[in-house]
Amino acid sequence: MEFEKGVLDIEEKIIELKEFSQSKGIDLSGEIEKLKAEYERKLAEVYKGLSPWKKVQVARHPERPYTLDYIEELCEEFTELHGDRLCSDDAAIVAGLGKIDGVKVMIIGHQKGREVEEKIYRNFGMAQPDGYRKALRLMKMAERFNVPIVTLIDTPGAYPGLEAEKRGQGEAIARNLLEMAGIKVPIVATVIGEGGSGGALALGVADKVYMFENSVYSVISPEGCAAILFKDASKAPEAAENLKIVADSLLELNIIDGIIKEPLGGAHRDYKCAGINLKEQILSSIEELQELSVDDLLANRYNKFRSMGRFTQ
Amino acid sequence: MELGIFSKNKKKYATVSLSKSSKSTENRGGGSGLWEKCPSCHEILYRVDVKNNMKRCTNCDHYFGMTSLERLDLLIDEGTFTEYDRDLLSENPLDFPGYTDRYNQIKEKVGMNDGLISGTGNMNGIKVSFAAMEFSFLGGSMGSVVGEKLTRAIERGIEEGIPVVIVATSGGARMHEGILSLMQMAKTSAALEKLREKGIPFISVPVNPTTGGVTASFAMLGDLIITEPNALIGFAGPRVIEQTIKQKLPEGFQKSEFLLECGMVDVISKRENLKGTISTLLGNLI
Repeated sequence: MEFEKGVLDIEEKIIELKEFSQSKGIDLSGEIEKLKAEYERKLAEVYKGLSPWKKVQVARHPERPYTLDYIEELCEEFTELHGDRLCSDDAAIVAGLGKIDGVKVMIIGHQKGREVEEKIYRNFGMAQPDGYRKALRLMKMAERFNVPIVTLIDTPGAYPGLEAEKRGQGEAIARNLLEMAGIKVPIVATVIGEGGSGGALALGVADKVYMFENSVYSVISPEGCAAILFKDASKAPEAAENLKIVADSLLELNIIDGIIKEPLGGAHRDYKCAGINLKEQILSSIEELQELSVDDLLANRYNKFRSMGRFTQ
Repeated sequence: MELGIFSKNKKKYATVSLSKSSKSTENRGGGSGLWEKCPSCHEILYRVDVKNNMKRCTNCDHYFGMTSLERLDLLIDEGTFTEYDRDLLSENPLDFPGYTDRYNQIKEKVGMNDGLISGTGNMNGIKVSFAAMEFSFLGGSMGSVVGEKLTRAIERGIEEGIPVVIVATSGGARMHEGILSLMQMAKTSAALEKLREKGIPFISVPVNPTTGGVTASFAMLGDLIITEPNALIGFAGPRVIEQTIKQKLPEGFQKSEFLLECGMVDVISKRENLKGTISTLLGNLI
């Protein structure tokens, strides 16, 4: 990312020095330690008070941890489950049963894909109706067996394709919103990257909704908003500001329940640390929610969304 | 001697001034002026005739859009409607630049506090909780007030044990209220889940056009989904889809007949039969 340039330069120098020191057998540890300290200082400076637009870039970073990465970090055991049991298996959504520190969970999340081939296979994390229906099938299964549900949200949005429309993209998202509202087990949702509108919300009607500190959650992409309202897609940074899409804003607006800290320099710099922070939040939330009766769980979930919105009576 | 325009033999004809309505109001049948042009057959129509014909072209039966009040007239028995929640006003929760001015402007122009009318009334004698969206109000976009009024209308159905009928028409979520608008999708859908638990029917009537977050929430959650012929009902906008797949869209894509074929709507009803169709079906369910 452009704004990381100064920091990346230092990172490169450190690598150069390490290689040089190894190949020549010279002890440069003093120099290297000094540079490392400078690196951390600069990194902290760069990542302090990131603008919404910069956060969008971090949220979209190609090396940011995805659902499968977090599953790797969190679960001592995980079996991926496939299919909507109707007609297909949407690779943009990954789901399965696993255990986190012994706690049974059903994990469902968007998966964007790393290399070009995988990105295409995963459709860049843009799910079709089949993906939302796979998610629903497994959420209903989790309900039947009293397994709490963990969702990981990271999508540019629901796929705006021809087949997607034919198979009822609108209906699939809507169906999930309705059904999730009534699911009788705890649901904990976390926006790990991009929360792209309805396609994100379709996994986001939960008892607790969290966001990683550099993730974003929006009704429309900043580019889309800029194109429509400012008639100029290049005004995206301004739109990002106006739309209030960053974690702090959503916490202030009472839309989310908490912010999960990222390691210094963003989650892409330390999967392990990001994973630990996520695990902590998920486990403590599940524990808290499992204390509630089903009636209270559902009533609280209803009230959570019921109270969203601002108007004057 | 020929004097051009002063010639006695000049053919006499009347001049008709076409209403200067924009493309959107052309199809909506809104705006001022005595005449309007049918976008389908291009016939010049006397506005009053169109209004008296249920906002249909008197020549080719093209359906103009209807205002929320016109939908109310069309579907609810005269004298039985009680309006609720009229006084809800939108705020500017994100301090979105220009939103307050735009909102006040439209409020003034349309004469409503926001884009939805809701209340209770009878449909051929059956009491229902009714709501109709107003497309001329910022494209029928759903923000906090629209979401709140809809949710209250659904909760009214739950409290009184009466069916809920919602006419949707919308460009989607109201951008200016950001994530709060998005959450109205969850809020309304959650209320419908409660309604379903109580075994009370919800009839969704998405009309032309219904798109975006409205399609992806309550509009597609009807126990029955009843629409009119040739109505555009979809999630993503046609242009966005075209740009994404880099192909031309099939004829009639996202129109009601297409949706019917794809298994997404229960009934396509001609406008003149819409009220009867809904009340008959309600009579079969309650």
